[in-house]
Amino acid sequence: MRYLPLSNQDRESMLNTIGIETIDDLFDELPKSEVPQKLPSHKSELQVDRELSQIANENLPYSRVPSFLGAGNYCHFIPASLDYIVQRGEFLTSYTPYQPEISQGTLQVIFEFQTQVALITGMEIANASMYDGATACAEAISMASRINKRSKVLISGGVHPHYIDVSKTQLKHLGFDIEVLEPNIFGKEEILDKLDTDLSCLVVQNPSFFGDLQDYTAVANECRDKGVLLIIVVTEPVSLGLIKTPGEMGADIVVGEGQSLAGPSNFGGPGLGFFASLQKYVRQMPGRLCGQTFDKEGKRGFVLTMSTREQHIRREKATSNICTNSGLIALAFSVHLTLLGENGFNRLANINHKNAVELSMRLKKNNKINVINSSFFNEFVIELPRPAIDIIDELVNLNILSGIPVSRFYPNSPNLSNFMLVAVTEINTESDLDLFANALNEVL
Amino acid sequence: MRKNFLHEEPLVFEYPFSDKSAVDFNSPLGDSENIGDLKRTTPLGLSSLSEPEVVRHYTRLSRLNYSIDTGLYPLGSCTMKHNPRLNEKMVRLDGFMNIHPFQPEKTIQGAYKAINLLSDWLIDLTGLPVVAMSPAAGAHGELCGLMCIRAAHEHNGESKRKVVLVPESAHGTNPASAAICGYSVESIPCNNRGRVDLQALNNRLGDDVAAVMITNPNTCGLFETEALQISDAVHNAGAYFYMDGANFNAIVGRLTLKQLGVDAMHINLHKTFSTPHGGGGPGAGPTVLSDALAPFAPVPFLIKKNKKLCMVEHAGLKDSKLSIGRMKGFHGQFGVFIRALSYIMSLGGDGLSQVSGDAVLNANYLRVKLSKYITPFYDGICMHEVLFDGSFLDGSGIKTIDFAKAMIDSGFHPPTMYFPLVVEGALLFEPTETESKQSLDELIEVVTELAKMVRKEELTEYFDQSPINAPRLRLDETHAARNPILRWNPDPLLKAAE
Amino acid sequence: MENYFYTKEHEWVTVKDNLATVGITNFAQKQLGDIVFVEFPKQGSVYSQGDEISVIESVKAASEVYAPISGKVHVCNNDLEGSPDLVNASPEGDGWLFKISEFDSVELNSLMSRDEYEDYIKNIEG
Repeated sequence: MRYLPLSNQDRESMLNTIGIETIDDLFDELPKSEVPQKLPSHKSELQVDRELSQIANENLPYSRVPSFLGAGNYCHFIPASLDYIVQRGEFLTSYTPYQPEISQGTLQVIFEFQTQVALITGMEIANASMYDGATACAEAISMASRINKRSKVLISGGVHPHYIDVSKTQLKHLGFDIEVLEPNIFGKEEILDKLDTDLSCLVVQNPSFFGDLQDYTAVANECRDKGVLLIIVVTEPVSLGLIKTPGEMGADIVVGEGQSLAGPSNFGGPGLGFFASLQKYVRQMPGRLCGQTFDKEGKRGFVLTMSTREQHIRREKATSNICTNSGLIALAFSVHLTLLGENGFNRLANINHKNAVELSMRLKKNNKINVINSSFFNEFVIELPRPAIDIIDELVNLNILSGIPVSRFYPNSPNLSNFMLVAVTEINTESDLDLFANALNEVL
Repeated sequence: MRKNFLHEEPLVFEYPFSDKSAVDFNSPLGDSENIGDLKRTTPLGLSSLSEPEVVRHYTRLSRLNYSIDTGLYPLGSCTMKHNPRLNEKMVRLDGFMNIHPFQPEKTIQGAYKAINLLSDWLIDLTGLPVVAMSPAAGAHGELCGLMCIRAAHEHNGESKRKVVLVPESAHGTNPASAAICGYSVESIPCNNRGRVDLQALNNRLGDDVAAVMITNPNTCGLFETEALQISDAVHNAGAYFYMDGANFNAIVGRLTLKQLGVDAMHINLHKTFSTPHGGGGPGAGPTVLSDALAPFAPVPFLIKKNKKLCMVEHAGLKDSKLSIGRMKGFHGQFGVFIRALSYIMSLGGDGLSQVSGDAVLNANYLRVKLSKYITPFYDGICMHEVLFDGSFLDGSGIKTIDFAKAMIDSGFHPPTMYFPLVVEGALLFEPTETESKQSLDELIEVVTELAKMVRKEELTEYFDQSPINAPRLRLDETHAARNPILRWNPDPLLKAAE
Repeated sequence: MENYFYTKEHEWVTVKDNLATVGITNFAQKQLGDIVFVEFPKQGSVYSQGDEISVIESVKAASEVYAPISGKVHVCNNDLEGSPDLVNASPEGDGWLFKISEFDSVELNSLMSRDEYEDYIKNIEG
């Protein structure tokens, strides 16, 4: 068994040192076992590789066919050097950097990550990461209530339905009163009238779940007047390469999903929750924070700081129960942003946007297809003459992973069945767009 | 500027700004824009480096880290074991890495099969009927289990139960998770054998108690020998029994949770099942549930219909009537699942019981060897980790932290310090099964030599100063907390010059 | 010298001009270590004896401060915002936390005198 370094002689001699006969003697205090017998025994590396490859081959990866999938998880090209860096054992196999003298690599990466998140969201500070965008959203709502001691929450119908569901689950026993607006598929939500002085926070998403772009500056001003905290969710951070930052609009907390910059879809997990806010709210923030300091020689160094907010010190009074976060994914995200740099990030966003606009124009030529959005980043909704789920299925048979049926997220809204979410990124080619447009012409 | 070929590496933002990028692009497929008036007009302030500079930056930073690849990590309760590279290869298979969570079901049957296979293994290894796969980490799994418990009580008309009992020695996540569930937390003392005081537990149990959370083996590295009596007492009082599975590595393949009367337990795949810790995460915390709690499991989960696997994504449907709802976006930590699956398949049922055997053997070897020099908290066999207290330092003026930091200069990561809180100056060593006898002997020698130095008064300063051979001397954590600098900011002078 | 009264939770209180000044004891600051932050109660808010009124944080610990007597928060020691280390340097002087008004001095009788407190911490220290 290749992962076990003790030889039988080692075991004998160690048992001898301990003064017992067999390893089983170490487990004398356990109840007599009924060890499960169904499990197969150990396998060679070659065999595991074969068996898992066979299972993997039962999937149709988006790398092999034209694909237009988004809805909070986006398929971007990942530079080769990113995965090389992520797989360096010193990053991959290190623990949470509680011993700063021997963890400066991880700590500096977190500090750079916190800075990058703050920069692209236009906020003052950011934490070291959360599990994913959805759980970060729930944590943001909870943080807002710690700040303004209110408990009423308003969530826009343009927020990712998973984020709404997770927030509802995670906050259900904490005395919140959560109102969720109807799915905002046509981008015509009236929010301003709904802001009250007893509202704790308003949660909106930009670009919305349906791809719409909106300037929330006026909403932010109204929020500030009423003491309501504005939480802006971003599920496609590549958009921030091109559009006005949530900070510039006046957000108090910005949370979102970093997967899109960090790596491939991986069937949706592990993700990367990013969490940014204003400096004045730092003591109410959940999760780890890395801060700058000096060592005894006066050299700059980094440490995990303000830990008294966290569960290992504050226990039931902590700002969150989170411990393990998404460190490695945060590294990947950070490396990608460093590789892109200011110009590359802008260019990537620009290409995403233009490719998406191009597809939307080609689809508009078919009069059976209705493109809903007036403005968008790299994702939009189309309305089809019949249920999207059937059309998607027919397009799979033509080897195209076309889009996502909106109805999948709203089981109680049958009226949404003809809508399809379509995302376009830099990985799509000219021929992808042609194949998709032509296939739709064919099946409609 | 250099110490042992280690470089002082600036922040990426401290390199000169230019128009460089390490990524070249294809041209966009069209030229039109449709962004309204939302276009950003000011730069963000990101860095600008070429690929060679980026690779060197991160490679240099990586070398400032300690890691399991470079040395033993004796961190108690963290199970820092070897991370097999086969796992990394498997998760990067095209068919696993490049699949989107919302592809049509017929294109991702392999993904469902992989999740289902891992579920089957976890169910077999724990003996409980159902596993909720979506929790993202241990603490998230605790929340999952407690939410199911609360839902079950409410379903049974027992809403008045609002207290969760945890031992004093519990991980901080236990009370924090209970609080999110709207429960208040009370602690149960441990007895003079380092275990939960059954009498005290019995005295406290009543119709206001919703659940009892116990780590087993506990954070003192001891098996809760009265686990069966505890679970009986908990159930007789109408409460549920949550077991914190952080220390599952000690017992994997040796007994099932069903035997122990457990209602819920999370499994840290990033501990017991070898997925890399990555400097802080990601993990995964699948949570096994008893029959009583199974109907409340969070969505999404897989069911079999006409011999095909399909996913139930919403609560309140036919198959998910009582579900607590959704806890995480998408379908759980899939990439972590594949790594754990690759590990489990590699070791098999026989290998996993050897894992717990060797892990406990290694810990006991450390215990016997080190007990001559540093004071064990408890005499007798321990499980996968061994707990020492700080009393061997009494009168020396050296604190536990100083002793642990001195280990760094001898090439070892310190053990867990000052935890569990019930033991003064605690040092908790967990070697795991992936350390050879030779590497344990090296660790033993280092700790032994340091312990001998403790008794020589003139060497106190050595401990105060250590580490001196690490990339940094001790860092001023007070300064960091009093004057929080949590991000890089442009030099105000430079900004003014713009 | 003014009369100081002490609680089992290591707060002190002393009365002057109808205001009760509250802080933590030297013993408490030593236990906490380097103090990095003091979370103040809202000025004007009313607390009962024994209520959690403030939190003091060091690098690795957070400790609740309980109201030693019932009353209204009159003013907080704003100097601590920039220099929380004052609590370490001068716990029973410049490092005071807040002043309470509208209290009932009868409650002071339930607290310990300096001598009693000194005996009390001797017992804790063993």
